[in-house]
Amino acid sequence: MSSSPTAPTPTGTAAPAQAPLVQAPFVQVKDLRRSFDVSKPWLNRVLEGGEKQYLKAVDGVSFDIAKGETFALVGESGSGKSTVARMVVGLLSPSAGEVTIDGVSMTNAAFSAERQRLRRRIQMIFQDPYASLNPRWGVDRIVAEPIRAFDLIQGEADIRARVGELLTLVGLHPDDGKKYPHEFSGGQRQRIAIARALASNAEFIVCDEPTSALDVSVQAQILNLMRDLQDRFGLTYLFISHNLAVVRHMATRIGVMYLGRIVEISGGRELFAQPKHPYTRMLLDAVPDVGMTGRQRIPVKGEIPNPINPPTGCTFNPRCPFANERCRAEVPPLAEGVACHAVHERRITIPAAA
Amino acid sequence: MTPPVLSVRDLRVEFVTRRGVLKAIDGISFDIAKGEVLGVVGESGAGKSVTGSAVIGLIDPPGRIAGGEIRLSGTRIDNLPPEELRRVRGKRIGMIFQDPLTSLNPLYRVGEQLVETIQTHTNLSGAAARKRAIDLLAEVGIPAPDRRIDGYPHEFSGGMRQRVVIALALCAEPELIIADEPTTALDVSVQAQIIALLKRLGRERGTAIMLVTHDMGVIAETADRVAVMYSGRIAEIGPVRDVVMNPLHPYARGLMGAIPSLVQDADARLVQIPGSMPRLSAIPPGCPFHPRCPHAWERCTRDRPEPIQRSEHRVACHLYDANDPTAAAHKIHTHAPLEAGIPS
Repeated sequence: MSSSPTAPTPTGTAAPAQAPLVQAPFVQVKDLRRSFDVSKPWLNRVLEGGEKQYLKAVDGVSFDIAKGETFALVGESGSGKSTVARMVVGLLSPSAGEVTIDGVSMTNAAFSAERQRLRRRIQMIFQDPYASLNPRWGVDRIVAEPIRAFDLIQGEADIRARVGELLTLVGLHPDDGKKYPHEFSGGQRQRIAIARALASNAEFIVCDEPTSALDVSVQAQILNLMRDLQDRFGLTYLFISHNLAVVRHMATRIGVMYLGRIVEISGGRELFAQPKHPYTRMLLDAVPDVGMTGRQRIPVKGEIPNPINPPTGCTFNPRCPFANERCRAEVPPLAEGVACHAVHERRITIPAAA
Repeated sequence: MTPPVLSVRDLRVEFVTRRGVLKAIDGISFDIAKGEVLGVVGESGAGKSVTGSAVIGLIDPPGRIAGGEIRLSGTRIDNLPPEELRRVRGKRIGMIFQDPLTSLNPLYRVGEQLVETIQTHTNLSGAAARKRAIDLLAEVGIPAPDRRIDGYPHEFSGGMRQRVVIALALCAEPELIIADEPTTALDVSVQAQIIALLKRLGRERGTAIMLVTHDMGVIAETADRVAVMYSGRIAEIGPVRDVVMNPLHPYARGLMGAIPSLVQDADARLVQIPGSMPRLSAIPPGCPFHPRCPHAWERCTRDRPEPIQRSEHRVACHLYDANDPTAAAHKIHTHAPLEAGIPS
C-alpha cells in the first residue's frame, strides 16, 4: 500500500460517503435480500433425510444513487453483485427489501402503472455482447426495438433516422444497421448494445460487467464512450464489475461486496486512497497492476467460503487478521461507510493515505 | 556460455483452411533463460496461446509448424518424432492451462493423478511417489496435503485446483513451464496467491517460465521480460519495467495507455486505439498495425518491419529504423487522442 503515490487525504474523520441529500435520491435500494433454493430434489430429501437449503445471494444490501452519478458495485465471484443488478432492473424479484427509482417502487405492486412508465427510463447493458443481441435480427431492428416497444416514434422513416443517429452516437455508421450482429467484433457489438440502451432515452443504465468480455484496447474505447455519453445525456449508471481498476476509472461512489453484503461504501477516490475494511485493503493489495511492477505484496489469506454455509458473524472473519470473538458472533452493521467491528471499535487504525 | 532454456527462432505456424492458409504465427524469435519469467501478452487472436502450444508440440491439424526452430537447452525439439516429443513433454516441459477443471480428470483422486505422472517420468516406487506427491502439494501451498491427496478434483476450490495443476506440472522437475492464462479463471485475491507461487517456483527451482496472458497487470508483477504480440508477430520485446513504463512500439504504447490502472489519474481519458486487431484471413500488408497506427506512413503499408535492437528492447517498427531518413519526421511522441469512431 505504501508504494501507491495517490494524493493524501485527511484521516480519521467520519466518512462523508452518506452526505445528506436535499431531495430523495434517484435510485434507492433498501435492505434488499434474495435467497435461492438450492435444496436437493424432494425425493432425495425424503430418502436421505436432508433439510431444505437456501443460498443467501444478497443479504441486506442498501445504497442510494444520485442522479448523474456512477455507482459501482465491486466484488469477487459469488459476492452477489450481479444479483443486485438484476433485482434493481426488475429481472429478478427480491425475497425482501425495496428498490425505489425516482420515487416509484419497483417492488410494490401498488405502483404497477407508474412502473410501466418508468421502464422506458431504465435499461441494461450485459456482459456478453454475443448473447445479448438476437443473431437473427438486423442491427436496425435490434436498436429500434425499444422505440417500437414503447411507441416513442411513429413512422418508419423517422424510426430509421433515429436509429441512424443512435448508431452514429456510439461510433458506428448508420449503414451498419443493415448488417447482422455476427458481422461485428465484440467491441462493436457492445456499441450496438449501448445504442439499444439509449434508444428509449433511458436515464438510468445498469451495466453488468460491460467490458469484461473485451480486449483491453477495445475496453478503453467502450469505457471512454460510456463516459462521453454520461457527460452528454446526464446518465446515471449502476456499474457492476470485478475489475477494481476499471471501477476506479468509472465510478463516483463504490460499494464493495463480500458474500452478499456491502462491507464498505465510499467515494471513489477515497476508497482507493484510504480503504477501511480489511477485505477492501486485501483486495486492493492483491490486484496486479501495470503501475506496480516489482512491488512487494502482502500475501492474501484463504478463499471465499461456501455461500450456502457462510461463517457466522462477519462473513470475512476466517480470512481477517483482526477478527476476534465479537466478529465471529455478531454481524457488523454498515456505519460510517464500513461494516467492520474492528474499525468501529478503533481496534485497527485506518492508515493515512500513502 | 550455456544455451538458454528455450530458444525460438523465426517460428511460423500456419493453419490450412478451405479459404486458404492462415498465418497464426509469422516469424517470431525469442529466448528464455534459466529462472526467467517471460511474459507473452497480446489481445485475443494475437497468437500468444498458439506460440505456447507450438513450443510444447501440441498444434493440432490443420495447424502445422511451417518453419523455424525451437530448441530446448540447445537441442532441437520441433522436429522430434511424436514418441520422443511425448517424453520431452511433461518431463522437460510442464504445462499449466487456464481452466484447472479441464486439466484434471474428475474420476481420479488428485493423488492418483500425481503419482501416475511422477511414475511416468521417474523410477520411484509407489510409496516414494506418493511421498513426493504430498511434498509437491505442500510446496504449492495446499493445507493438510497428506489428507487432501485423497480428494477428488471437485472437492477443491478453483484456486486449490490450479495449485494441484501446478503441482502436476512440477512432477518431473521440468526445465520449462508454459503457463497459458493460469490466473484468468480465478478471482483477484486467489490470482495474487497463484502469481506469488509461480514467482517463487521460478526463483527457487530455476525453472524458466513462459507466462501467456492478456492481463498486463499480471505480467507487470510477475515477468522479468515481456513480449508484446500483434497479429502473429512480436511487436516489442524487452525488460518488463521498460516495456510497461516506456514502450516504444505504437501498439505497445496504445495498449499500456488503454489499461485503467490503480495509480494513474482516474479522471484522465484512457488512450484509445481505433478499430480492432485484423482477422487472420485479412492481415494487412507491411506492418499489420498500420491501419490503426497514428504514425503510419506509406512505407508501413508496404514493408514489413523487422525487429530493431534499441538498448534492451527489440521493436518491430519503422519509426526506429536509423537507416530511414524519413522515419524521424513521423515520430511524434504524444499518442494523440483518437476519435471515438471506428473506421470500417
